[in-house]
Amino acid sequence: MGVVHGQEMVLNIGPQHPATHGVLRLQVKTDGEIISEITPYMGYLHRCFEKHCENVTYEQVIPFTDRCDYLASMTMNFGYVVAMEQLMEIKVNDRVEYIRVIMAELQRIASHLLGIGAFGLDLGAFTPFLHMLRDRERILDIFEMTCGARLLYNYMWVGGLSHDLPTGFVEATLNFLDYFEPKVDEFENLLGHNKIFVERTADIGTMPAEVAISYGVTGPNLRGSGVKWDLRKDDPYSIYDRFDFNVPVGKGMKGTVGDCWDRFYVRIQEIRESVKIVRQAIDQLPKDGDVHQAMPKKIRPPKGSIYRRTESPRGDLGYYIESDGSDTPYRLKMRSPAFTALSVLNEIGAGWLMSDVLGILGSLDIVLGEIDR
Amino acid sequence: MTVDFLFDFLSELFADLVGSGPVLIISMLIPCLMLFGFITIYALIVIYAELKISSFIQDKVGPMGQGVGLHAGKWGLLQPIADALKLLLKEDIIPSRADKPLFILAPFMIFIGAFISFVALPFGESIIIADLNIGLFYILGVGSIAVLSLILAGWSSNNKWSLYGGMRSAAQIVSYEIPAGLSLIVVIMLAGTLNMQDIIRYQAGGIFSWIFFDNPFVPIAFVVYFISAIAETNRTPFDLPESESELVAGFATEYSGMRYAFFFLSEYANMFVVSAVAAACFLGGWHSPISGFMDSPAWGVFWMISKTFFLIFIMIWLRWTLPRLRVDQLMNVCWKVFLPVALINIFGVAIWTVIFNQ
Repeated sequence: MGVVHGQEMVLNIGPQHPATHGVLRLQVKTDGEIISEITPYMGYLHRCFEKHCENVTYEQVIPFTDRCDYLASMTMNFGYVVAMEQLMEIKVNDRVEYIRVIMAELQRIASHLLGIGAFGLDLGAFTPFLHMLRDRERILDIFEMTCGARLLYNYMWVGGLSHDLPTGFVEATLNFLDYFEPKVDEFENLLGHNKIFVERTADIGTMPAEVAISYGVTGPNLRGSGVKWDLRKDDPYSIYDRFDFNVPVGKGMKGTVGDCWDRFYVRIQEIRESVKIVRQAIDQLPKDGDVHQAMPKKIRPPKGSIYRRTESPRGDLGYYIESDGSDTPYRLKMRSPAFTALSVLNEIGAGWLMSDVLGILGSLDIVLGEIDR
Repeated sequence: MTVDFLFDFLSELFADLVGSGPVLIISMLIPCLMLFGFITIYALIVIYAELKISSFIQDKVGPMGQGVGLHAGKWGLLQPIADALKLLLKEDIIPSRADKPLFILAPFMIFIGAFISFVALPFGESIIIADLNIGLFYILGVGSIAVLSLILAGWSSNNKWSLYGGMRSAAQIVSYEIPAGLSLIVVIMLAGTLNMQDIIRYQAGGIFSWIFFDNPFVPIAFVVYFISAIAETNRTPFDLPESESELVAGFATEYSGMRYAFFFLSEYANMFVVSAVAAACFLGGWHSPISGFMDSPAWGVFWMISKTFFLIFIMIWLRWTLPRLRVDQLMNVCWKVFLPVALINIFGVAIWTVIFNQ
């Protein structure tokens, strides 16, 4: 069979486009439906957060971290306070640590729900998206109950938390988990084992482990390629070493290892693992302990620098903080996991059809707020 | 109630006064206006149904309203009217770089394609506008006008997304017409006629006389026809020409207001046409499922409409359940699965007829 060559056309997907998850522009070279080259242009959501942080005190940095990855604000807070506490050598009490873990894992569930739902939406499945938003809503209700905010929490502070848990929190969370656990199976069946969904994701956008590692891809995307790398296990922070949970990796159940389906399935399994962690944390949650106990009166870290990475729902989230001994950071840099995930798009997406490329982009679960910062 | 009947009736009354020319025009206009009214009301009903059914599927409430004032009425019943009014009152934008005549022509063409199909649809034993002897053939033929209009819309918008949508719809609709047509050949073979009314009359006598239960090959033909029909109407899982997460809105990207409403209306009108054809050809048309039970001409309209709405319900149900296929998978299904199956079906029905129905 001969190969037909058509004329190449340059097409701009975005910055206003339903499938770009925010304001991203993909400049693609297309030959009919086949896309031969993808160049992502970002910066449409750049808000100079890192530069801003140099002009505010250390406490005031936390709301900025909220607004970076606005779908996982808790884990963004978490990464920053872990880095700061390591820099200032603060030891927080157990109650604070447990509450932080509960919040971070609930946040991971919420973020993965939206990630998977939006992935399904990119492939045309509208209903699972709304089902997942419905359950994410209940997590947001729990967050609202805890700190009053539904999206940008500003909950974790250096050395403590903004509020202690409200009365009824444990019951509300357990209720939610009891309701939610069967729903995870439902989501898996509704989307993951749908014949059309499998056709659209298995063997598509395969990211081999070497490619993922060489591009610095982390988080569920890396684990989808079969690499067992999770900072909660491999570089433990906070109290993650006290919990029993697995690190799910892609096994190529429906196709090759590292395809879109594996990335989807890793997220589904991570939701289950997070549920497990939240249950254990609630069991072990200490009854007493002042959440403000370890909070310094004035945050003024010693001269020096720190790089600390934590596992956000999108992967390896690093904070580099350079302190000159004053009460504002000299330099603050965030390592964005979604940025590296976006950079691999051309490598794994070129050569596929238009529908596939948007599906692959959806499977990487990027958040433009975090990429542009 | 055919045009001929109206013409004869009006001729007796008025021919002496105005001559036969105006009478012919009036006797054609009356059914057309009634049909237009029917399509409009049907579209409002089915849009409301789509909103509510999708809401039940997606665990939300859909259009709601309490009290009076600017609410969507009781149970949100006024929502489709509000939607229609919004579309009619919106600013009509024609892009400055668009091919203006074609851009304006496209929405009318797609609506005409859908509208003239209704002419040959039987609603009851005597309720059909034009009882054509090639009714089924005519409906299949004029149904293809839609593809022309989609290509026109895609090309004239001068927008890359529209162009993608237009090209996809051309490939898709042309391909899926073949399995749909081949499945209907099975019906034609059994009934021995292309006349819609005769096809339905052939199925008289209760549910087991329907062509659907005629022999084991027919249900396969029905499934092939119905899936191809969904593909022809550009509904999910075959909504590639307007896939909102890939092509923004496909061929309709540059259309707004009234012109967009015409695309919208014809999508729903086409849904009715394909479902009514399936109901008439496979499910006994205006016959009652139980012979002699509610089988009067007036009930015939009820049976025809409810069978059609049942199939439309299945279309809505599928739309809110399934993801979308990719363009090459769509073609694979058509050419490598449906076409051979439809051909084998024809063969199978022929042999079955020869052996069992001498």
